Parts: sequence; C-alpha cells; structure tokens
Amino acid sequence: MKLLSLVPVVAVGGLLLFAAQDFPEWGDPASPASTSPVSSHFIQSTGVDTEVPNMVTAVLADYRGFDTMFETVVVFIAGMAVLAILKSSGRRKGKREHEVEAEPDLIVTNTVRLIVPVIQIFAFYVLAHGHVSPGGGFQGGVVMGASFILVALAWDLEVALARFSAEKCILVAALGIVLYGGIGFLSMLLGGEFLDYAELEKVLPVSREMARYHAMLGVEIGVGFTVTAIIFALYANLSTEGRLKGGL
Amino acid sequence: MGVDLFNTFILLLLVAAALTALRARDLITASVVFGVYSFLMCLLWAEMGAVDVAFTEATVGAGVSTVVMVATIFNLKRKSSD
Repeated sequence: MKLLSLVPVVAVGGLLLFAAQDFPEWGDPASPASTSPVSSHFIQSTGVDTEVPNMVTAVLADYRGFDTMFETVVVFIAGMAVLAILKSSGRRKGKREHEVEAEPDLIVTNTVRLIVPVIQIFAFYVLAHGHVSPGGGFQGGVVMGASFILVALAWDLEVALARFSAEKCILVAALGIVLYGGIGFLSMLLGGEFLDYAELEKVLPVSREMARYHAMLGVEIGVGFTVTAIIFALYANLSTEGRLKGGL
Repeated sequence: MGVDLFNTFILLLLVAAALTALRARDLITASVVFGVYSFLMCLLWAEMGAVDVAFTEATVGAGVSTVVMVATIFNLKRKSSD
C-alpha cells in the first residue's frame, strides 16, 4: 500500500517540477507580475495617495482593506470554533495521562520575567511601525500573544490566565473586529464608501493622505487585538483540552 | 555567487528538515523539526526581499504553530503507530 501510494506522489511531484520550468526567473523585470499595470499603479501611487512607505501594508490595510477585515473575521471564527468544540469535549474527561506536577523552574521563570516586557514592547513597535517597516497588526498580534504563551509555559496556565482571562480573550478579539468595522462605518457616515479612510480627514486634523495613513494604524490595531486574543485562547484551550486548568 | 551558495545551502537544509520531520517516530521531534523547516523558509524569503512574508513565517510558522502543535501532542499518545 505504501509503495502504491508512492506512485501518485512521485507523479504529482514530477508534474510540479515540470511546471516549475515555466516560472519566470526570480526578479525578472519582464515577468507578468512586474509588467502588469496593477503593480506599477501601486508602486507609483501608494506614496502619493497615502504617504505610507511600506507598500505591502498600504495594499493590505487600505487598497484591499475589505479582504483584510474578513481575514480577521476568519481568524476570529476559527478561534471561536476551537473554543466551542473543546469546551464541550473537555468536561467529560478526568485527569490526563501525562499530568506533570512540578514547581516552576527558577532559571526559566527569571529569564521569562526579563524577556516578556521586551517582547511586548517589540510587539507594540511592530504593530505601530507597520506602515514604515515590515510588520503590522497580524505580526504584532502574534508576537504579543506569544508573550502570554511564554508566561503560561514558564509558570502555569493559571498565572497567564490571571493576567489575560479567557473571557477577556473573547471580548478583546471581538473588540478588534468592532474597531476595524467601526473605522469602516465611520468613513461611510462621513460621506465616503465603506473603509474609504480618506473621508476621515473631516474628524482628524490632517490632510486626506495622512487620514489614510492614520486610519491604517487604527485598523492594524484592530487586527492586532483580535490576533493577540485568539492566539492565546487557542494555546490555552488546546494545551488543556478546554479545561483551562494546569499547564503542559 | 555568494547568494547562490547561501540559497543552495538553505534549500539542502530544507530537504533534510522535511525528510527528518516525516521520518521522526516521536511527534514532538517531528513538530520541532517542522519549526526548523519554517525558520529556513523564513530565511529564504528574507533573502528574496519578501520581508513581510518572512516576518509572518517567523512568528506564526516557527513560533506559535510549533507551540500549538507541541501543546496538542501533549494531549495525545506520543509515538506514531506506523
């Protein structure tokens, strides 16, 4: 059976390698992606329209902000689905097989004590500096969520949940989407279309370009909220089968 | 030349990491090697100039997904049965 399954694997692999010959060279200026009018439009007008130096963030948060909003909703729904499934299955079982009772290690806890503030400040930097350098709400949120996971790994899940409880996770995750959608609806109320950030110049004391710049920061903060909460809630529920008690 | 050498080195390590992740009997070993694989992909993307993608891969692929996988494996039987 294993040998038989090798046949389609090798066949598909060979087909993919054969197809890869048609790819353009890396960095080829004549490749379809580089010659398409869409790329040159974004490269030329991002800086003029929005004053954002990082074109990737401008495309993600502004030009296709609608996609990014629903990607955030997808993250939220995926997290809620995991929570819902584990909440109902976790209560039935008793103690796990690999339950380990141990004191938190001195060296580990002190290292984490030192490193967690640095990680969290770095997360804020990644989030807030996402327009200018690589980064943004998603990466910043993941780094922030990872700092809470680190606390849970070093001590116990209860210690991390005392700082960021499961109910707060759901609240913060929903708040992130409300923030993102709220900025969208605000620009609608001010006379533009949904997520047309330039209209926010009427409430912000800045130009139309800078209004888009600052609104992008706003929606990135929304994405960061959702991702932080969902990443930590995922870990908390997966590591304990939804019981939210005890560590690994 | 230097970039080619770097790429070849990373790609060879990628293949080695992928095979190790597949062949490892212990699921914890497999998921940690999978994290190594993600980090090598992150290096390749950073080298190609896709720094945003590299950043996401480093945080999600090498960081959080490894932790989530290990957390899940702790609630399962550790050894693979095949």
